[in-house]
Amino acid sequence: MTSTLTPVRSKRSALTKGQLPKYAPYAVLAAALVVGAAILALVGFNAFGWGLVSALLFAIGLVSWSAAVEGSRKAKDKLATCLVVGSFLIALLPLISVIWTVLVNGIPGLIAPGFLSTSMNGVTGVYDNRAAEEGAPVIGGIYHALLGTIQITLLATVISVPVGLLTAIYLVEYGNDGRIARAITFFVDVMTGIPSIVAGLFAAAFFFAVVGPGTKTGAVAAVALSVLMIPVVVRSSEEMLKIVPNELREAAYALGVRKWRTIIKVVIPTAISGIASGVTLAIARVIGETAPILVTAGFATSINSNVFSGWMASLPTFIYTQILNPTSPANPDPSSQRAWGAALVLIILVMLLNLGARLIARVFAPKTGR
Amino acid sequence: MSKRIDVKDLNVYYGDFLAVEDVTINIEAKSVTAFIGPSGCGKSTFLRTLNRMHEVIPGARVEGEVMLDGDNLYGPGVDPVTVRSQIGMVFQRPNPFPTMSIRDNVLAGVKLNNKKISKGEADVLVERSLKGANLWNEVKDRLEKPGSGLSGGQQQRLCIARAIAVEPQVILMDEPCSALDPISTLAIEDLINELKDQYTVVIVTHNMQQAARVSDRTAFFNIAGTGKPGKLIEVGDTHTIFSNPTQKATEDYVSGRFG
Repeated sequence: MTSTLTPVRSKRSALTKGQLPKYAPYAVLAAALVVGAAILALVGFNAFGWGLVSALLFAIGLVSWSAAVEGSRKAKDKLATCLVVGSFLIALLPLISVIWTVLVNGIPGLIAPGFLSTSMNGVTGVYDNRAAEEGAPVIGGIYHALLGTIQITLLATVISVPVGLLTAIYLVEYGNDGRIARAITFFVDVMTGIPSIVAGLFAAAFFFAVVGPGTKTGAVAAVALSVLMIPVVVRSSEEMLKIVPNELREAAYALGVRKWRTIIKVVIPTAISGIASGVTLAIARVIGETAPILVTAGFATSINSNVFSGWMASLPTFIYTQILNPTSPANPDPSSQRAWGAALVLIILVMLLNLGARLIARVFAPKTGR
Repeated sequence: MSKRIDVKDLNVYYGDFLAVEDVTINIEAKSVTAFIGPSGCGKSTFLRTLNRMHEVIPGARVEGEVMLDGDNLYGPGVDPVTVRSQIGMVFQRPNPFPTMSIRDNVLAGVKLNNKKISKGEADVLVERSLKGANLWNEVKDRLEKPGSGLSGGQQQRLCIARAIAVEPQVILMDEPCSALDPISTLAIEDLINELKDQYTVVIVTHNMQQAARVSDRTAFFNIAGTGKPGKLIEVGDTHTIFSNPTQKATEDYVSGRFG
């Protein structure tokens, strides 16, 4: 008996002919890194140049290998992939670099005892000199600035959210794209472009005129921040209200529900996840503002828990003054350490707010599922 | 719990554009009236004027009278909200409220108007409305689940349950089956047959077989050309309209010669 069946040979399928092996990118990457290191060794090694040269070598190597084996279409595809990934890495570089720098410089400040729980009240250059010259612990912290930032931002939010949300409701539900609505939209756009220092000067001048010259409190800063925040809240809420389907409004009207009730009970709940995350992002946007707070809330070294009276510190102004006017001009290092620590706390706050925005969006999103 | 509607010399405008011209029609209580006609002939526009839903569209206005058991819907001082609580509407695409559970969707008409209702009464109302919409058996174990998780046909019946929960006199349906499959369509048509025992039903449909199946009376709308106003050509018993219409255009349309 002769078998007519040919044994199944373990060869590459005809359909996968002319493809680079799976390990190709890794092999090229390894080769590029090695060759890159060798080239850099000739001219003097540095990490940035190594990355750049290796990336170029990798792109050239992979694309030309692909062109040789796979043909020009696949090679163009590989080239496009290299460009896209490369752009992404370039875009990511500043972010990683910022986070890395702040982490490295900020952690010593952050873990210093009492950093989050004490203020700068009574901390003088004498202590800083001792810390720098005799190795005594760096004292003084950001409690007052953290408290100020939270109070000012909270008050700004309390001012901006109702104004912004109601404006958005007017624009979407009642404006009918009429003359007033278009004028409001125009001025909101103008407000978006106001430089933050101008917003601060406006708030300061306004309170000087109304309350009295030299009025510098947390509340003034909150007004300045809300000038910056309101257009952002209006814009994001408007977009969110616009994407609520008209059918839902009609469904409510057809049940004999009044317009304002429809807005409160149907339109806003449907859009609330987007509105809430928009507000959170607006907060994250203004929490790091420095200039408007400097001219409106001044600078304090002690704890001030009353937003309506007295100068008030905040994290950005704390960083600014610690770097520019170190507590001990002879030994600026302790001040610089505190500034970096405050910067780290600020970045963590902004990150938490962004995470919060995502969480809010998820929690409030209309539920699906069976 | 049903009222008749008498429309006299009704013109509907969008701004300066006359969309529907000179409609006079009597809609009987406790019956199903179907509006048929080619696209753009103003059936849906006219239907929306019956509960003043056209006012949602900027620039839309009417001239003429719509009498609900002798009360003019467009009389001075009449609140459109009152009108709509008496004349409910079901739309072309199912539109349950995505933020609400099935139960809350049925209770939407009550809850959105902030009327106080005890839990017992609410349970009775939910069960009665869902049974009225032939949906109770399918959803009774998942009343707290979101309404958007139902199938298209179930969502449309949920919208009908929501409409009948406010106990209207009249139910308007704007192509309620055009987004549904044949099985779901059958379920809705059966439901319409049951609804006419208690309500006055007006239905707009593109499907002539559907009009023939569910309606007692049929009104044929037509349009002379684009840019011209839609007109009511003929209205009569469904049987007459489909077998022995008086107008040539109606005969051409129902026999499939155009449209």
